[in-house]
Amino acid sequence: MSRSEVSQGGALLKAVGVGKRFGGLRALHDVSLVLGEGTITGLIGPNGAGKTTFFNVLTGIYKPDAGTVHFSGEPLPVGRPHAVATRGIARTFQNIRLFSNMTVLENVMVGRHVRTHAGVLGAVFKTAATCREEAAIAASARGLLDYVGIAGQAQRIAGTLSYGDQRRLEIARALATEPKLLALDEPAAGMNATERTQLADLVRRVRDDGTAILLIEHDVKWVARLCDRITVLDYGERIAEGSPQEVLAHPKVIEAYLGRGAA
Amino acid sequence: MNARSRFINWGAAVLVLALPFATHALLGQGWVRILDFALLYVLLALGLNIVVGYAGLLDLGYVAFFAVGAYCYALFASPQFDLHWPLWVLLPMGALLAACFGVLLGTPTLGLRGDYLAIVTLGFGEIIRIFLNNLNAPVNITNGPQGVSLIDPLHVGPWFLEKTYHVGGIEIPLVINIYFLFLVAVGLAIRLSQRLEGSRIGRAWAAIREDELAAASMGLNTRNLKLLAFAMGATFGGVSGGLFAGFQGFVSPESFTLQESVMILCMVVLGGMGNIAGVVLGAVLLSVLPEALRGLGGLQEFLFGKVWVDPSNLRLLVFGIALVLMMLLRPEGLLPARARQREFHESQ
Repeated sequence: MSRSEVSQGGALLKAVGVGKRFGGLRALHDVSLVLGEGTITGLIGPNGAGKTTFFNVLTGIYKPDAGTVHFSGEPLPVGRPHAVATRGIARTFQNIRLFSNMTVLENVMVGRHVRTHAGVLGAVFKTAATCREEAAIAASARGLLDYVGIAGQAQRIAGTLSYGDQRRLEIARALATEPKLLALDEPAAGMNATERTQLADLVRRVRDDGTAILLIEHDVKWVARLCDRITVLDYGERIAEGSPQEVLAHPKVIEAYLGRGAA
Repeated sequence: MNARSRFINWGAAVLVLALPFATHALLGQGWVRILDFALLYVLLALGLNIVVGYAGLLDLGYVAFFAVGAYCYALFASPQFDLHWPLWVLLPMGALLAACFGVLLGTPTLGLRGDYLAIVTLGFGEIIRIFLNNLNAPVNITNGPQGVSLIDPLHVGPWFLEKTYHVGGIEIPLVINIYFLFLVAVGLAIRLSQRLEGSRIGRAWAAIREDELAAASMGLNTRNLKLLAFAMGATFGGVSGGLFAGFQGFVSPESFTLQESVMILCMVVLGGMGNIAGVVLGAVLLSVLPEALRGLGGLQEFLFGKVWVDPSNLRLLVFGIALVLMMLLRPEGLLPARARQREFHESQ
């Protein structure tokens, strides 16, 4: 599948002043983030900084209390995850959420749902169009498994895959929705050095094929090498934004990671 | 398909076709009637399987759709309003009406899961029954607790199924005609279930059952897909309700109690949620077993020379014990679906 027709440059995602409270807890406050097409953007910060909350707002799982999010120049649907995915944002989860009793191939085929159309009548009467579409779904799902490097596992049960392969499968499933933006929530968690390098290669390849990337990660070095831009959150607020070099030299970032006095 | 499985399929087909005749000759009319009802239950269980087995939505009020289908047939093919519409109009109409009720039930339950969903669906089942019980005033629609009687018998075109036909010297009475009519319905239902299960929609249902949040994040409109599952499941209930009304010639709210819903759910769970063969087996077993257990009186007489316990009490006791043992020994059901089996063996 070719995803290279997306043009480079220009703001794909623009979040302005996003806020979210849970009771007395201020999880996000006035967070803004601009993400360009064809870029890899990192979202980092200490534990509990609000990174995943921001992801959940972005992908429609939470409704923000304040702020706006625009995607490709139009406001993003609020609180409706499926509508967000339809608009072109796909995500993975911090704690892998595969359909673990379905096969690897079926997982990716579910990802194709949003770009295909066969309904009940097509299924019941097994029309030619339905059969053709079903074959196309399976073919593109296989293509994506090949793309992320787990084509040999297609018929295995998703829950039995190794940790690293489950992460890859989650990415393949997300890519199956033909996203313009792929949001990865700690994709490298629990991976060893070799797997991290492979994952970084995969992420770059996805970007080069025309999908922008937003990723949360703890490993600052790994993120710095991979990302074009980095946004840093701490206690629900944005404390820094810029190129990896700028951000890592930022006194507030050093303070957030190493504590006061280190800067 | 290899030679062996083809042989098994042909054997099964012959068995299913010969079964009513053998039963009629050996055990009599009453037992063929039990088989007829077993087929109706298979139809119901297949319908509930779409909701519970495929989409993973626990429904304790499924009998409501059976009631909707039955009353739809009863009111439009009886002296109640002096309407006598034909079967081929009433069955699709019942199915459609039941589907509408499916959406009606589904809509308020969309945010609910598990126990909470079960409670709301249970309430829905009761509401429908109580409505049917009370819709005799101020305008008499359902005839209240007395029910609707003198319902037109089932007939397919020129064939009136209440007649006894003779084909090549073989006598085919009402109960056997009905058996074949119901068998066609069950065959269609199985085919429909298979095709839905293997389709894009079936896959989406499975994804929702596995992880609703992940499914929504992949762009699945979980609201519409759940409503679709409720509606599709309900159509099966509506059709079997129509067949039931025409077969019985009489419907009343009493036939649509919570116990029926629970029984249908038991069939699905005991047979093997999500697996068509399992659900069919579960429905046949649970509808035939209570009848077969009436034979416990004869067995006691044979063993002890006299009847110690009234078989009508004993049979429900034995039936209950059988269910408990079943769930302890084989919680995933008799013939579990691939995915369900994994769920159970993962945790062990």
